[in-house]
Amino acid sequence: MKGAEAFIKALEYEGVRVIFGYPGGALLPFYDALYDSDLIHILTRHEQGAAHAADGYARASGKVGVCVGTSGPGATNLVTGVATAYADSSPVIAITGQVPTRLIGNDAFQEIDALGIFMPIVKHNFQIRRSKDIPATVRAAFEIAKTGRPGPVHIDLPKDVQEEEFDIESNPIPAKVDLPGYKPTLKGHPRQVKMAAKAIMAAERPVIIAGGGVNISNATEELLKLAELCGIPVCTTLMGKGSFPEDHPLSLGMVGMHGTKPANYAVSECDLLIAIGCRFSDRITGDVSSFAPYAKVIHIDIDPAEIGKNVDVDIPIVGDAKLVLRDIIACLLKICGTEGKGLNNQNREEWLRYLESLKRSNIPKMDYEDIPIKPQRIVKELMDVIQELKLKDKIIVTTDVGQNQMWMAHYFKVHLPRTFISSGGLGTMGFGLPAAIGAKIARPESKVVCVTGDGGFMMNIQELATIADYEIPVVICIFDNRTLGMVYQWQNLFYGGRQCNVTFGESPDFVKVAKGFGIEAQRVTDPKDIKEVLREALLSDEPYLIDFVIDPSEGLPMVPPGGKLKNIIEPVRVPPRERIPSFQEIKRKLLGEAREKGLSKDGPQEMGTPVERETY
Amino acid sequence: MGKHGKKQETSTHIISALVLNNPGVLQRIAGLFSRRGYNISSITVGTTETPNMARMTIVVKGDDKILEQVVKQLNKLIEVIKVSDLDVNKCVKRELCLVKIHTPDESSKSQVIQYTNVFRGKIVDISHESLTVEITGSSDKIDAFIDLVRTFGIKEMARTGLTALMRGPKVLKSKK
Ligand SMILES: Cc1ncc(C[n+]2csc(CCOP(=O)(O)OP(=O)(O)O)c2C)c(N)n1
Ligand SMILES: [Mg+2]
Repeated sequence: MKGAEAFIKALEYEGVRVIFGYPGGALLPFYDALYDSDLIHILTRHEQGAAHAADGYARASGKVGVCVGTSGPGATNLVTGVATAYADSSPVIAITGQVPTRLIGNDAFQEIDALGIFMPIVKHNFQIRRSKDIPATVRAAFEIAKTGRPGPVHIDLPKDVQEEEFDIESNPIPAKVDLPGYKPTLKGHPRQVKMAAKAIMAAERPVIIAGGGVNISNATEELLKLAELCGIPVCTTLMGKGSFPEDHPLSLGMVGMHGTKPANYAVSECDLLIAIGCRFSDRITGDVSSFAPYAKVIHIDIDPAEIGKNVDVDIPIVGDAKLVLRDIIACLLKICGTEGKGLNNQNREEWLRYLESLKRSNIPKMDYEDIPIKPQRIVKELMDVIQELKLKDKIIVTTDVGQNQMWMAHYFKVHLPRTFISSGGLGTMGFGLPAAIGAKIARPESKVVCVTGDGGFMMNIQELATIADYEIPVVICIFDNRTLGMVYQWQNLFYGGRQCNVTFGESPDFVKVAKGFGIEAQRVTDPKDIKEVLREALLSDEPYLIDFVIDPSEGLPMVPPGGKLKNIIEPVRVPPRERIPSFQEIKRKLLGEAREKGLSKDGPQEMGTPVERETY
Repeated sequence: MGKHGKKQETSTHIISALVLNNPGVLQRIAGLFSRRGYNISSITVGTTETPNMARMTIVVKGDDKILEQVVKQLNKLIEVIKVSDLDVNKCVKRELCLVKIHTPDESSKSQVIQYTNVFRGKIVDISHESLTVEITGSSDKIDAFIDLVRTFGIKEMARTGLTALMRGPKVLKSKK
């Protein structure tokens, strides 16, 4: 057996069924071994698409996603996707081909220092230099990727190692790997758990922030139990969406920069903050020094380095969210008896009433009749159609990055874990479409809707071909404002409306583009048509693109960066007014300038020609 | 209110780390420090009593909060077996320094030899114009020696950076 074959066997041993990738010279032996294997390989149209798809697969399923790219440019194309997975603790294995070991360091064709490039954006990485190391390395890679705080692991695989003869008899796949420097803490310290339980009993104005860790550790049941047992309201981070049913009376929605008023107020006024599996990013805290100013803070996280990093913590608990929550609940019940009498602290009623009234007075308006369509209306219709078609426990939404993402995060109610898939930490435009491919393949029976902006959609638009070729039935909803909406909003709010390079022109016609790829598509300009088209798309069981032409001047309420969470400001609604210069204008300008400087030639200059600089 | 993220005092810390002696491990650790903006004063690496393990001694400046993060982030690395922020008063610290001093005549030579003896250093090389001295000890002692011979003219110098071990029978062992 050759190394490549052993590698595929090792992947199969880990339960891998699908890999996303793109071949190349340094991967020829790998793809040759794939020829005889049962693994399903999805050929994306760009390695970035493969990485995001593997990531989407991992997020939707909780299993490890696998992506492959060739040496050099294949590896660098994977980088954005792997960094995205790293920022959101998603277990992805990224495999890169590499030039043969004897050429490493010689600047060979398509050689790149993949180990060095991936090092800062993965949980760990390996370069396999002998085929005999394949079984143990692949085992270790999967172990590291999926345990503790999950994250991507990169394996660099030189071509000669893939070709080297390999004796599986003398190098069997080890059942366990020895990683002396790696032992994640899963169980919370009993003393800390007890302290947390006592603090929960004593609190009058408690609130929970549930982060992505709750989804990852599958702790949603425990979270619901704790919240209901003690009557604690719950808000989530972007990554935590789905960890608590957002139609629950105790749900406050998302907290932070684009959070809801009830969530931001609750966190700012609480006397006990229970943060579970979240890392207090600046998008959540705003100005750290005035964050949760009256609160005692309990922070539960599996990664000790997250505790105390951004926010000072009173009761740190290192451990897996599910296990720790179980222990806290057990501890509470022990103190109060199995009925949990007395846990629903009388003093909390006022707090809950207050938040309830905040919620009632802040029900967002969504039923706009305007043309162009308001994005809120699309979100509303989407929720209604999901309800109507009884798809509540079948729907998975992926989003791109920008306003489209935040409209969904703010207004769209999520009910189940792993059904809201979005690039949080890195905020990677272009994530939504390939992630939808991964999610649909991970959970073929689900209905996958990709909500994207026109800008982000075009960053991985080539994946329409993947969707078309494999006939992957995802519904793509473009919130088409012909604007880099989120940047436009910031320029209007914080840079005096000086819109600079945030406007797109008429091109392209997304419906024609989709049809060119062989994908059914519709343009929707009237709010009255939204429901019908969504219904048709969701029922069609074929790939379907909807180009929603929306109001480009619509924005989102937000907390200015570094501001106090209660300081929620409204967007200014100025229409986009940036003009895009034509090439002819640019040419005139450039040639005019050259003439003024006495440079009449419009051609390449000699190397080393001094640049004329004005002195100031 | 200013509840979170208050400023603290900075001081010098000696971090001792046992790491797996794999290719790339130094880059991983150096990368961690540069990416997170921690200030390294010095870093030394060498083999240990265990064949596949190396010990790194890293001198960093920072407040307690930063140091806590340094230790935690180092611990997260898969190839790091054990990390400790050594108690500066309860460890032996040594640094080695080679200095090539400008000594064109007999009188400067004999003076430098005298100083070297006082500092319990060694003359390790000699030429018409120079003496090369080896000094071992605490960083303060080396600083003092260098200060003293600076007037002769230092032609070249190499310091290893600090290395350290805890005093007494305690050792840094993999507990993970
Ligand atoms: C790869 C990448 N480049 C740039 C950005 C910065 N950025 C954040 S949101 C945004 C605008 C996105 O525009 P669009 O995709 O049309 O979404 P909209 O905000 O209009 O909904 C930009 C440029 C980013 N997040 N990712
Ligand atoms: Mg847009």
